[in-house]
Amino acid sequence: MAILSNRESLEKFQDKLKSAKSHGKKKLVSLCAGSGCGAYGTAKVHQALMEELALQNLTEDVEVKLTGCHGFCEKGPIMVVHPQGIFYPQVKPEHMSEIVEKTIKNDELVQSLIFKDPVSKAKITLEHDIPFYKLQQRIIFGNNGLIDPTSIDDYIAVGGYSAMAKSLFDMTPEKVIAEIKKSGLRGRGGGGFPTGIKWDTCRKHHGIRYVICNADEGDPGAYMDRSLLEGNPHSVIEGMIIGAIAIGSHDGYVYVRHEYPLAVTNLTIALDKCREYGLLGKNILGSGFDFDINISRGGGAFVCGESTALMASLEGNPGRPRAKYVHTVEKGFKEGPSNLNNVETWANVPIIINKGADWYAAIGTKHSKGTKIFSLVGKVVNTGLVEVPMGTSLRKIIYDIGGGIPRKKKFKAVQTGGPSGGCIPEQFLDLGVDFDELSKVGSIMGSGGMIVMDQDTCMVDVARYFLDFLKEESCGQCNPCREGIKQMLDILTNICQGNGKEGDIELLEELGVMIQRFSLCGLGTSAPNPVLTTILYFRNEYEAHIRDKKCPAGVCKPLFYYDIDPETCTGCRSCAKKCPQEAITGDKKKPHQLDQSKCIKCGICYDTCKFDAIVIR
Amino acid sequence: MEPAIQIDLKKIDDIIAHYHGNKEALLMIMQDISDIYNHVPPVIIPILVDRLGVKKSLIYGVATFYKTISLEPRGKYIVSVCTGTACHVRGAEKIADALQQKLGVQEGQTTSDRLFTLKAVRCIGCCASGPVITVNKETYGGLDRTAAEKVIDNYKQMPLNGTA
Ligand SMILES: Cc1cc2nc3c(=O)[nH]c(=O)nc-3n(C[C@H](O)[C@H](O)[C@H](O)COP(=O)(O)O)c2cc1C
Ligand code: SF4
Ligand code: SF4
Ligand code: SF4
Ligand code: FES
Ligand code: FES
Repeated sequence: MAILSNRESLEKFQDKLKSAKSHGKKKLVSLCAGSGCGAYGTAKVHQALMEELALQNLTEDVEVKLTGCHGFCEKGPIMVVHPQGIFYPQVKPEHMSEIVEKTIKNDELVQSLIFKDPVSKAKITLEHDIPFYKLQQRIIFGNNGLIDPTSIDDYIAVGGYSAMAKSLFDMTPEKVIAEIKKSGLRGRGGGGFPTGIKWDTCRKHHGIRYVICNADEGDPGAYMDRSLLEGNPHSVIEGMIIGAIAIGSHDGYVYVRHEYPLAVTNLTIALDKCREYGLLGKNILGSGFDFDINISRGGGAFVCGESTALMASLEGNPGRPRAKYVHTVEKGFKEGPSNLNNVETWANVPIIINKGADWYAAIGTKHSKGTKIFSLVGKVVNTGLVEVPMGTSLRKIIYDIGGGIPRKKKFKAVQTGGPSGGCIPEQFLDLGVDFDELSKVGSIMGSGGMIVMDQDTCMVDVARYFLDFLKEESCGQCNPCREGIKQMLDILTNICQGNGKEGDIELLEELGVMIQRFSLCGLGTSAPNPVLTTILYFRNEYEAHIRDKKCPAGVCKPLFYYDIDPETCTGCRSCAKKCPQEAITGDKKKPHQLDQSKCIKCGICYDTCKFDAIVIR
Repeated sequence: MEPAIQIDLKKIDDIIAHYHGNKEALLMIMQDISDIYNHVPPVIIPILVDRLGVKKSLIYGVATFYKTISLEPRGKYIVSVCTGTACHVRGAEKIADALQQKLGVQEGQTTSDRLFTLKAVRCIGCCASGPVITVNKETYGGLDRTAAEKVIDNYKQMPLNGTA
């Protein structure tokens, strides 16, 4: 017998959890156990914290929550002490005794551990005062720091599954679809297709209908889907159940990357809990509605994120796309009408149902509603996941939230939309980011990857990098994509090695247009974008490579060398000590010399010199 | 010659049973087998043909299409260097160089003591902590050359039957 057999029992349970929370333990320590923080050692910090609490006899009074990603992964492991919301970044096991003694026992701050804003240099105590968080609007991602993803009770306590109950008992499927349409929600997987219209079309086709979640997240540099599934899996599950109610489906699938083991684990736990509670399976909450969700783990193929390839993969076949004369909403997985949405799209659904379409549609721009989570990474001071209303300018995201470019370097471009997107130069930084604006300058918003590049990034190399990626990932079944990408890559590789010829740029443009027009699936049709936008905005860099045989950014090894500027070198010896080739010599406090014949261009000296005396020539 | 691998048939059948012998789960079944042997030993293929009722060609098709599957034996520790865009612009290439030198193998190869296989992967979703590498299921972030070399040293010192 399921624990929650009807709507009342869910509501009663919710009240019970809420009142338990308000009468609960005084202190709550939220420790991030997401993948990013995990890589910096959350497990050891947790162990040290628990030992310290036991030692001080505080285990009963303090609740410790291992949460999903808080977004500020670069500063991990992250700890927040509630009720105040005191933020401690980069905590280590050896800090635990002081944190417990001072902050947890005596409400005092550990001065040495407080967050120091890298831009203003000010010390900031509370999480919500930190510029990185302060300027965000975290309606989808905000609960991540407050709930333990392995606890269904935590999700129910913050109002979880009430949107599902509302959809089951207060609304007809048509009404649910109308609400989603009215909200203006568009797919977060990259294409931006209106979600309500997709659901409606799927509902109108006959057969066994399927509801599928795309958690393949192939865009390198983007990881919001991973963080949502890891940190708040129930929000995605609840969205899918509401979708199933609206569409009239009883079978759901989550297609998730095998490379995301923690997401798979947390999702598996969440699904089991739902079944135990009666929120999945037969007769959900006594409504008569049946629905369950299976997990399918993908095998590291980018193209499997494409809808028809994903469905082929779900069926147990190699994931090759097919022509979409018939759309998957009509005939998809196992020939049934299949509705595919992205992880973040699903996570938006419960919020829309709870707060209403009008509330939701008030956020964002005319044609792009709600918020979007961006993965702000690369050469930017504050890296992590950032949720802002649609239409927020690139400048605000990169400079106000992101803190600008580290080490006083110069901004060069921001890459959006992953391998299907493009590189946007400085003159467009005031553009508001939504589905339509970025495409006007040749890029796309895509799934939300935002990779910031500075003066040390070579744009020709970036273009080559993406084509190399796409060559590996092309499924190879159509010629323009398979052969065209290979040819473009050959040309770019030649340019990067100093063998570029006059006419190469024009040839790249020609090939690009051909691939865009004649490829079968979205991988091919968008593959030339990174090349075409870098040619458009950074043609001079291509020309420097081809005509002058120079890589101004110092990336393409055959096209530059490092040298020491005798005017600026202070003779501090730092570089000489670190050079693996012993290529740098000189007397202390005198300008040093760099022996080109020994240098392997590893760049260690360039990164080491604090005086910018190592120069690229 | 490869030393013959002892295949524990019961384990294979447990995995297949976990997916109810469902042939749609072929890829996941092969991934789980890989977790035990670090690759899918070709001797298992006839067993899969028999138990799942799929064609041998499909198994090879799936094994070659998906990068998580290898039919060749790999090292005890699979070292994957992320070469996703965020890690790329933060110097993933330098990490890859350092590891190639350190291990004395190229990308895709296994060390002669069968301890390490070096691989490149495209983004493992820890992009804010880049450059990152993974060793089996552990992730290491914020690396430079020296830190990456240290990670390898730690695994070298680990007792051979120990877990990471
Ligand atoms: C090559 C290629 C890769 C894709 N990868 C993904 C992906 O990793 N995740 C995703 O949600 N959508 C991806 N898409 C988009 C999907 O095909 C599909 O449009 C999307 O999942 C639909 O969900 P949405 O409407 O909620 O965005 C990809 C498309 C192409 C052409
Ligand atoms: S465009 Fe490329 S990835 Fe898409 S079907 Fe054709 S070959 Fe495959
Ligand atoms: S680039 Fe590397 S090898 Fe060359 S001088 Fe600098 S540190 Fe030495
Ligand atoms: S680190 Fe810079 S300043 Fe110091 S010796 Fe090297 S080049 Fe000169
Ligand atoms: S994983 Fe901890 S903040 Fe992202
Ligand atoms: S780009 Fe390296 S983890 Fe994402």
